[in-house]
Amino acid sequence: MIAVHGSVLAQEIEIESPNIAYSAIYPILIVFGVALVGVLVEAFAPRPRRYVVQTVLAAAGLGLAFVGTVLVAGDLPETQNGLARGGIEAEGALAVDGPTLFIWGAILLLSFFSVLLFAERRLESGVTAFAGQAAALPGTEAEREASTRGLEHTEVFPLMLFAVGGMMLFPASNDLLTMFVALEVLSFPLYLLCGLARRRRLLSQEAAVKYFLLGAFASGFFLYGIALVYGYAGTVTLAGIDGAITNRVGGDGLLLAGIGLMAVGLLFKIGAAPFHAWTPDVYQGAPTAVTGFMAACTKVAAFGALLRVFYVAFGGAQWNWMPMMWIVAALTMGVGCVLTLTQTDVKRMLAYSSIAHAGFLLTGFVGVQAATRDSDDMTSLVAVMFYLLAYGFTTLGAFAVVTVVRDSSGEATHLSRWAGLGKQSPVLAGVFALFMLAFLGLPATSGFMAKWAVFTSAWAGDAQLLVIIAVLASVITAFVYIRVIVLMFFADPVGEGPTVAMPSVLTVVTIAAGVVVTVALGVAPQPVLDLAHQAGEFVR
Amino acid sequence: MPLLFPLVVAALLFAIGVYGVLGRRNAVLVLMGVELMLNAVNLNLVAFDAYLRDVLHGGQVLTLYVIAVAAAEVGLGLAIVLVVFRGHGHIDADRMRDLADRDAVDDAIAAESAGESAAPSRSGVAGADPEPVAVTAAVES
Repeated sequence: MIAVHGSVLAQEIEIESPNIAYSAIYPILIVFGVALVGVLVEAFAPRPRRYVVQTVLAAAGLGLAFVGTVLVAGDLPETQNGLARGGIEAEGALAVDGPTLFIWGAILLLSFFSVLLFAERRLESGVTAFAGQAAALPGTEAEREASTRGLEHTEVFPLMLFAVGGMMLFPASNDLLTMFVALEVLSFPLYLLCGLARRRRLLSQEAAVKYFLLGAFASGFFLYGIALVYGYAGTVTLAGIDGAITNRVGGDGLLLAGIGLMAVGLLFKIGAAPFHAWTPDVYQGAPTAVTGFMAACTKVAAFGALLRVFYVAFGGAQWNWMPMMWIVAALTMGVGCVLTLTQTDVKRMLAYSSIAHAGFLLTGFVGVQAATRDSDDMTSLVAVMFYLLAYGFTTLGAFAVVTVVRDSSGEATHLSRWAGLGKQSPVLAGVFALFMLAFLGLPATSGFMAKWAVFTSAWAGDAQLLVIIAVLASVITAFVYIRVIVLMFFADPVGEGPTVAMPSVLTVVTIAAGVVVTVALGVAPQPVLDLAHQAGEFVR
Repeated sequence: MPLLFPLVVAALLFAIGVYGVLGRRNAVLVLMGVELMLNAVNLNLVAFDAYLRDVLHGGQVLTLYVIAVAAAEVGLGLAIVLVVFRGHGHIDADRMRDLADRDAVDDAIAAESAGESAAPSRSGVAGADPEPVAVTAAVES
């Protein structure tokens, strides 16, 4: 009986091999492949060589993937009447289109410089900023032995590459299953990386456990949302959900609840209020290189995914989710700006500032301004992508500066310790002041162009009230950023003051990249805006 | 069986999980709350899959992925919780307040002790450096 049944099955089912266009998705495969090679290096390379091998491998892999992304972007076919470029690859799992490739490029560039920050060794006198032996307790014999032997966790490089792979998968995913897997692939390595600081290990571990518990909580909501949307549409592909919404299949309660719950998961990753509570704690506790990486790259990836889900799948129900996003955007800006004022720790201040910037980005997202053929209008997609790139480089540079200002117990993150930094090291304080002015949105910095782009598209998309709130919020945060600048240049140092450690060329290059991009995008933003414009809309 | 039954059960299960996350302080029990939430999702997905007669069985496939990811999540979570327990001596989520927004009084103390730059006296108050021994070791090496 079983044998007969089996033979029937064998006759009926012919398994076709899936059609995967490797020529379109190889950048993502390079990143995952290099991450796997990194795991093998951990297993087989002798310990003293691992640091160099892993650093070179990670940097080369990300560079190669970036070149691949540029090549793929070079020959994207036009679709949808020339509004979009690209196509759906990997049996409908991935959408490789202009916006995806722009976001991939941004993530790969930012993570390349993050690798350089990760690899910085001179600041900790010959070892990386990551724990020598994460399992050893601080203050025990095992920990001392790990320190004297100069152990270091070079696993951080493959972990980071896995996170980058997840980040690339996230905005490219064209169905909710891929999106869920990508969300977890990008989150899990970050949970671990947060807990691996060499100094202040207990704080770092606390950050890891908080990030993990809240992240798992949020992804539970995200999944419940996916389940309800699946129940509504009967499919998990974004195009299928869009079709179900357009045809009004009924059961709107399921759809609305599903959209809301999925938004919780995505807004958590972005760090939007009221789901921002983890951001300051995790940003403060995590090793600063990891914080910079998270602040820059996670935000880019999560915004990419948010844009794709809400524009492609839920675009038909726009009037239903728009009020919710209005409230979230206004709340995020309010919370971010007001709480930035009260911070006394540099990393916490930058964390709240990142929340405020998430609010500005959401302003651009809410003012949906879709592209029309042959128009040079600032669409919200272009504005948000430009903002993400500009903000990513500025924030990565700012966190890189934080790693350099130190005292006897490691990084001096308390703001009072930064008093008089301008006298000690005018160049470094000047660079940090530049980043502060970019956060504030002063003309001739990237922040101004980014805010201008976002506000223009939001204004044209009938979100005038939100733009006014955003401008007011910018004015409030100006106070914070200018206070920091005044503190650095015009206040007397407390006690002996912080010392500015001379970092190796790796950190210098990262800070320099931050400065160059911040200035370049402020003075001559047009090439990048054109690039974002050429990317076109999402493919459907 | 009407679709409503499994949906209600799943919603209740999800609510219990949310309560577990919010109401419990022990990190392992919080993790169990998250697992309950994920299993509620699984029940939902399978119920919808059966109800919609999905030929591709998208719901069931997604359920398998959720189970696999949840297993990975537990492994990762327990590792983090274990290392936190060994470091802090407890896994009470509410007592982990070294990283949190403080009120003005706490801040004044922290700023004062930061100004003194005497590392041992700062431990606990500023929450900045609880392991002076390890730090000196790292500096020496």
